[in-house]
Order: sequence, then C-alpha cells, then structure tokens
Amino acid sequence: MRFELTDDQQAIQRAAKEFLASRYPAEEVRRLALEDDRGFTDEQWRAVAELGWPALVVPEDDGGLGLGVVELAVLQEQLGYALAPTPLLSTVSAALVITAAGDDAQRTEWLPGLAEGERRGTIAQLPPAGGLEGGDAADGALTATLEAVPDAADADLMVVPTGHARLAVVDMSAAGVTIEPVDGLDPTRRLSTVTLDGAPSTTLAAPDAVALAHARDVIAVAVAAESVGVAQRAMEMAVEHARDRKQFGRPIGVFQAVSHPCAQMLLEVEGARSAVMFAAWALDDSPDEAPLAAAMAKAYASDAGRRVPAAALQVLGGIGFTWEHDLHFWLKRGRANAAVWGDARSHRARVADLLEL
Amino acid sequence: MDLTPTPQEQEFRDQLRAWLADNHPGPEPEGDVAGFEFRRAWQRRLHDDDWAGVSWPKEYGGRGATLVEQAIYNEELARAQAPSTANVLGLAMGGPTVIAHGSEEQKRRYLEPILSADEIWCQGFSEPEAGSDLASLKTRAVRDGDEWVVTGQKVWTTLAHHAKWCMLVARTDRDAPRHKGLTYFLMDMDQDAVQVRPLRQITGEAEFNELFIEEARIPHENIVGGEGNGWNVAITTLMHERATLAFGLQIRVKITLGELLAEARESGAAEDPIIRDRLAQLYIESEVLRLNALRGLSSIMRTGVPGPEGSLGKWQWADVNQALTELAVDLRGPRAVLDDDRWTYRYLRARANSIEGGTTEILKNIVAERVLGLPRMR
Repeated sequence: MRFELTDDQQAIQRAAKEFLASRYPAEEVRRLALEDDRGFTDEQWRAVAELGWPALVVPEDDGGLGLGVVELAVLQEQLGYALAPTPLLSTVSAALVITAAGDDAQRTEWLPGLAEGERRGTIAQLPPAGGLEGGDAADGALTATLEAVPDAADADLMVVPTGHARLAVVDMSAAGVTIEPVDGLDPTRRLSTVTLDGAPSTTLAAPDAVALAHARDVIAVAVAAESVGVAQRAMEMAVEHARDRKQFGRPIGVFQAVSHPCAQMLLEVEGARSAVMFAAWALDDSPDEAPLAAAMAKAYASDAGRRVPAAALQVLGGIGFTWEHDLHFWLKRGRANAAVWGDARSHRARVADLLEL
Repeated sequence: MDLTPTPQEQEFRDQLRAWLADNHPGPEPEGDVAGFEFRRAWQRRLHDDDWAGVSWPKEYGGRGATLVEQAIYNEELARAQAPSTANVLGLAMGGPTVIAHGSEEQKRRYLEPILSADEIWCQGFSEPEAGSDLASLKTRAVRDGDEWVVTGQKVWTTLAHHAKWCMLVARTDRDAPRHKGLTYFLMDMDQDAVQVRPLRQITGEAEFNELFIEEARIPHENIVGGEGNGWNVAITTLMHERATLAFGLQIRVKITLGELLAEARESGAAEDPIIRDRLAQLYIESEVLRLNALRGLSSIMRTGVPGPEGSLGKWQWADVNQALTELAVDLRGPRAVLDDDRWTYRYLRARANSIEGGTTEILKNIVAERVLGLPRMR
C-alpha cells in the first residue's frame, strides 16, 4: 500500500509545474484572460501538444500515451495552480468520450489528431435550452442551441449528447454551425453559445454505458483535480499576505481570527487532494470503488475549490477585492468548476444513492 | 499510487483476522470495575500471542510491524468490534516514549509490564492552571540525594485510579526558560503522597481524575530523556497520542457512521433530502479522514516524520465525530429528549473530542505555525 506518487508521476508533476511557471506567470494569465481574442496562442498550444498532454490518456492503439487518470489528475492540479488558459481539458474530454463510445473506425478517424494536438475538441455539457432535434436518427442533422460550450470558438469538433446514452460528433466548420462567444464568470476558460441548424453529425457507434459513465467520472475528477490546484494557489496567496501585511504593529497572521481560517484552508486543500488522488487511482485500478470515489472527490473538491479562494479573499481584505490583484481569477475558476460536471450537491446525492440510502 | 496491499500486508491482515475470530471475548460487561478487569484480561490474551504492541521492536515483546501493518491492525480490531485494551495510555504513549527516549535499563524494566497490563499507566501533564499552555505548569520537583521530591496538582488524569505509573512532567529548574526547566519522570502511584480524586463528566462517568501530589518521592533513575529535557519528551508522547490514536479513531468513526446509515435506511429518515445530503457529506468526510491517514502513513514511511496530513487528523476527527453524533440526535426527533439511547451518550461524549489530547484551537495554531509557516503568536 503506497498512497503517494511514483517516481514517474512525480516527474510529470515537476515537469508540468516548471513548464507552467515559466510559460504562464500571473501576468500572462491576466493578459490571456483579458486581452487576447482567443484566450491562448498557437505557439502555446503547440508547446502543450509537444509535451504530449493532449495524448496523455488516449490509448496507445489510438495514437496516445495510454497513461492513467492519476497522471491526468497530477497534470490537472498543476494547470489549476497556474491557471493556464488552454483548451486542453476540453480536448481531453472529447477524446475520453470518443474513446468510450466510438467504434474502431471513428476512433481511428478522430483520436490520433486530438492526441497530437492537430485538432482540438470540446463537449457540450448543458442540456440544450429548447430541446434537440435530429438526435433520434443515426448521423442525423441536428438542430439545437447549446449554451456555455467551453473552448468552442477554437475547436475543430464537438461532442453532443443526443439523448439516451447517445452521442454525436459535430464538425465545427460544417454548414449550420454558428459559434457565438459569450462572457462567462471565469475569463480564463472561454465559453460560446453554439447554434446547430440542421448541422451534420456523426453518431458515436459503440456507446457503452459503463465506459461512458467511466469517461464522465474521469472528466469530473479532472475538473476536481484542477480545483485542488486552484485552492492550493489561493491558500498560498492568503498565507503570504498574512505573513507580510502588518496591522497593529504585527503581521496579521499572528491573529487567530486570520491564522485559523488559513489552517482551515489547508484542511480542505489536503482533504480534496486525498479524495481526488484516491478517485483517480480507483478509476485506473479499482473499478468497483470508482463511481463512489469519483462522486466523493467532485463533491469535496467542488466545495474546497469555491470556499478556499473565498476565505483567501477575506484574509486579503480590500486588496483581494480589487481587479488588480490576481486572486479573483482563481476565485472565479474555483466557483465555475464547482458548477460543472455535477455540483457538490448532486454528487452527494449520488453518494447517497451508491450507499443505498 | 498503489492502494492494494502487498502480499505481506495481506498475510498480516489474514493472520490477525483469523486470530480475532478465534479469540474475541464478546461484549464488555457493564460497570467500571468489571469493565476494566475484562479489558485487562483481553489485553493479556492479545499479549500472549504478541498482538499487544505490534509496532514495538521484537526484542521488547512487539512485532516490529510497519506503519501500514499498524493501520491494518487498528482497522481489523475496529472491524471486529474488539474491546479496548486496559492499558491504553501505556500502549499508545508511555511505551513509545520509553522506546524513543528511555535508557536500555528502563526499556527492560517498563515495557513488558505495559504489554501484559500488569502495570497500568496514566499521564500527568495538564494542571488546573496549565492546560493548552502546558509549558506554564507549576508542579515542582526538588532534588534530595538520589531522589526527587514532588509537590503539585494534576488534572484530567485518565486511569489514575488504576495506575501504577504516572508519566509526570514537573518543573525542576525555576530559573531556566519555561520550556527548558521541565523534566519527565515516571512516578510510582503507590504512595500516600499521591491522592487520586475522580472527576465526573457530563456523561455521568468518571474516566478521569485529579491528582494531589504532596512531597511524593521519585528515584533519580526514573527520569526519562534527561533532566531539563521534559518538554521534548512530552512532545513525543503527545505526537504519538495524536498519530496513533487518531488512526484507530477514524475507523471507529466509520463503524459508528455505518450504524447511523443503517438506522436512517430502516427508519426512512434517509429519504428526506436534507438528511440525505448530511449523511452523504458525513460519509465523504469520514472517507477523507481515512484517506488523509493513509496518505500520512506513506509520507511518514518515506520521510520518517509526519506530514501536514498528520497534524490535521485529530482536529478533523473531532469535527466529524461531533457532526455525526449531532445528526444522530437530530434523527431521534422529539424522542431526543429521552436519555435512553446510546446516541445520547455518544453525543455527550463527543463534546470532549475537540478538547482532549489537544484542543482544536491549539491544533489550528500548530497547523498555522508549523505547516503554513505563519508567524508565531507569542
């Protein structure tokens, strides 16, 4: 029994941390979030692709590296810590679902391109606002309005749930696809409304309920891992401020009204990290435990990811509420992550179901 | 990451599980004296087959078990609903302290009777005016030839009424800085100069006591870890208390939660969406407690020192156990006014969880100062 990263996993962690620290300092995160039209650059995407990150969990037979969810979680935590704006998670999510539900020909068509970073993908998560037409027929022409699709403006393909464990892939450059960028809560992850008006689609031909549920759990745990990194960074900002800021002639960290909330942040960050690492391991190696472990991880990390930055803002005081301070980017990502792929309450409901309550 | 047990770990578990199946003595009898004698007999049975001090070195009657094996040991005893041992403080704190700081002579003298429960241990740290601020303690020891003469008062002394030995921290140098003037003694409780008075708790029981010490005598050779080094030795004891007891406690929480979930299923209370949400949250927190403990073990095995997870465990355990017993009482509805239920007892007993063995406030200070590196309050 070893509840810690292997040497290889630590190497991935170190490499990711160093790369992200050098390429995505807070000024660059801010610039991409507020000034860049697309929220990332081609050069940045190429660098991410060269590191093999889009290929990480794609099976080797499909042109990927075939690594596990633990490796993905390790990477995602660092991405959350740096808050690197990148369409990586959207691309990985699309690849995970295509792996779970595509037949051999479809996997061969899409996965190598996604793994190499030649193409980018995304997945629509919210149910279509006014329903969806055309999902009943195989490869039907789809009509729907899909809101809040992440990284859609620069995606080559989009996975759309069409009902009853059916999924379709839409080519984003096809006729009948309109992409309208919208403002989101979190400016480091761009959202769009995607309108399909009789858009051509390809139905994923080998949907397997267990594999799809697994893929969804992997995505939820990847988001949860990101929230661990978000919370860790917010906590570090709070602790640094509590050490440096002086009032009443002393650093404010000596006051227990400040230091105890910081300790509470650590409790939540470490708890979320344990829950996420356990879920990632279970998704790789212990399928029976995996659904419950994933639900617990997303529930706990959703709460930590929104509460820790909020508590950090309180420690920072007025400065933490300003646009100039960087904390709000992490606060917004933590809040947004808590809402997607199942919020804490819905995952607790799942925990209760799985415990047969 | 690999949470599957190694073949040796699995074998350890299988062996212990089989032993427990053959040797479990059944439920504990009612009453303080009968209960204590029952626990003493149980500990002797454990010791006869070398199951009393699994983590201790083999040469002193232990098994030299790894930390993971200790965790498995605690897990299996809890799962089997095995009784507690009689010499809890000797096993969890006194023995490990003697092993860490004692002389070879002291190890030969004290360890075996701890394991066999022939000599029960208690802990004389807290005083009426020195609780969380332990280093301000006033109990005084003055050298008199080969002996020390001790006068003072101790409080919250669990098991003092059964104990042969007291782990006593007293001030031996009043001129030294307050952390430096302390010495750790093993005091013989069998002397008229030591008076034990039981303290009743809000549960009605008397688990702990006050000690009144009036010129008690302790041979010089009963100092552990050297004169003036009492603070360091006491910290070892407290760290063992938090690390070792906390691991067993998180498993007890899971068993208690299992009972509550079963009741909530049966009564239909779990169908209420708010209750359902609270039960799920408690389950998640109890799992996080377990996972943090496992992670802590791996980190201690690699680095030799407890990681941040270790310092958090006792605090988090208190939070979870209090929330759990609170919800259990909520589920009684208006019947909660009756005091006829084990949940009433557990609810009341859990109030002490955030105080005993280091208050939650002190643990938060430790986390803030030693883990996060925030400036010290003092």
